[in-house]
Amino acid sequence: MKRRRAGGQTAKAVGRSKKVRLVDIAHARSGDKGDTANIGLIARDPKDYPLLVKQVTAARVARHFTGMITGPVERFELPNLSALNFLLHGALDGGGTISLKTDAQGKVFSTALLRMEIEVGR
Amino acid sequence: MTSRPATVRVAAGQGFWGDWLEAPYRQVTGGPIDYLMMDYLAEVTMSILQKQKSRDASLGYATDFITQMERILPTVIERGIKVTANAGGVNPRACAAAVAAVAKQLGLSGKLKIGVVTGDDLLDRLDGVVARGHELKNLDTGRPLRDVRDRVLSANAYLGAAPVVDALRRGAQVVITGRVTDTGLTLGPLMHAFGWSSDAWDLIAAGTVAGHIIECGAQASGGNCLNDWEHIPDLANVGYPIVAAQADGTFEVMKHPRSGGRIDVAGVTEQLVYEMGDPRSYITPDGIADFTTIQLKQNGKDRVQVSGVRGKPATDKLKVSIAYFYGYKAVGTLVYAWPDALKKAQAADRVLRQRLEGLKLKFEAIHTEFVGATATHGPLALADIDASEIPEVQLRIGVRSSDKTPVDRFTREIAPLILNGPPSVTGFAGGRPKPEEIVAYWPALIDRTVVEPKVEIVNA
Repeated sequence: MKRRRAGGQTAKAVGRSKKVRLVDIAHARSGDKGDTANIGLIARDPKDYPLLVKQVTAARVARHFTGMITGPVERFELPNLSALNFLLHGALDGGGTISLKTDAQGKVFSTALLRMEIEVGR
Repeated sequence: MTSRPATVRVAAGQGFWGDWLEAPYRQVTGGPIDYLMMDYLAEVTMSILQKQKSRDASLGYATDFITQMERILPTVIERGIKVTANAGGVNPRACAAAVAAVAKQLGLSGKLKIGVVTGDDLLDRLDGVVARGHELKNLDTGRPLRDVRDRVLSANAYLGAAPVVDALRRGAQVVITGRVTDTGLTLGPLMHAFGWSSDAWDLIAAGTVAGHIIECGAQASGGNCLNDWEHIPDLANVGYPIVAAQADGTFEVMKHPRSGGRIDVAGVTEQLVYEMGDPRSYITPDGIADFTTIQLKQNGKDRVQVSGVRGKPATDKLKVSIAYFYGYKAVGTLVYAWPDALKKAQAADRVLRQRLEGLKLKFEAIHTEFVGATATHGPLALADIDASEIPEVQLRIGVRSSDKTPVDRFTREIAPLILNGPPSVTGFAGGRPKPEEIVAYWPALIDRTVVEPKVEIVNA
């Protein structure tokens, strides 16, 4: 089934909570270190940071990127910046100059994470 | 005892070799600054420079720096601005000579002291270093350097702020270095200006964080900023970031008045997490910064205050950046149009792969992307859309091999698909793809004691 959504207001309701995409409550920047891409995920409102900590786990991010990375995912918390940092190993086809990917330096990996849906209270 | 300033302003002039040519001039003329820092060296830049130097012994540095200095040197001297730049690449002395020649041309002879930082280049010493038991294992793969020793093109240890401080202390107005860390070019001026001791770990960490924030130029002042990007004003005239630091290690990130871009907590946070590893230990030759201690506060329009940074002692190792010849690659592209653009591109990929197999060509990797559909977001991109309606898709297929022959043959297999593959195909105007040499990066650690930074002062 196809769903069409635009902007932050059209999420589907599930019981007492609703689902939103991360792009509606967070922003992000990513970069590389060899064959590892990093994604810094930042809550737009510090009040939403605990939601990210609880729901955007390393295991869930690894599932999100199934087929796109060959190694494990590590997560670090930066409560001072309302941010999480993820390291996605084996994400860049060898990385740097070796990689044959358009995004050889993982510059836009961050935006793919922003597609993830999480549950927020109504 | 020299008097210490209350505030020291370090401005970012270049975030990489290839950055905006206008930025350094605007930084030295747009308002008061004390230092201009310019970062030119990415990981593979050193090997490109080494290649240039092997062809011509007077080359091997970032030539952009010379034309930029030609433009800003009169202002720099008039206003007493000091410059720190790792533009020296693998030939800092030649770079200094070129700047001295520019000074002479501009009638500024006798008015300029140039500090030259060397000692990072380990290429000529590499066999001796390995013979003494330093394996220089690849930090990512664990393999010893001897596996690729005969293909090494450059080897440079990352130096920290110490030699930059030394050059400034000895009166250099322009400090030209080889492989000094990006952050050291900002930390060095702050250590020198405030008299920070090299074991004042919290101050060292604060100066390192300042360096990290401005080392990518406008990426801290509105460039490549995702948050609220459509409302970032006047990127055409983006103001590059400036650190205005106090002796206690707190600082503001700001930019010149009447420049474009935006400096806010969200944007500075984006830059802080850029290329981040473990945030509790951002390791440099100068010390370890704990990014989980950083406190940000908006101090007004386009002013973000940074405070609270804590640090830990430096390790006894230095990182070494080694470049080596890896092999060859080529990438070919074709564009397929609606209807069913993605299906056509996928069919063309299957045809091409079957032909490559039929030719018994051996590749280390064949990598296919469908640009316009899944190239950057993979299968996630197709979850919510009707793929048959995508207006056009670029088939982008790349191969990699240690041997040039199969890569050459691959480059001749793209064009035939226009007439003998799936329909609605265009976009081959660029002609046959060209095989490229791959120079790869080999990160390693070395005992600090092996590396001896040197500082010379040249009177221009």
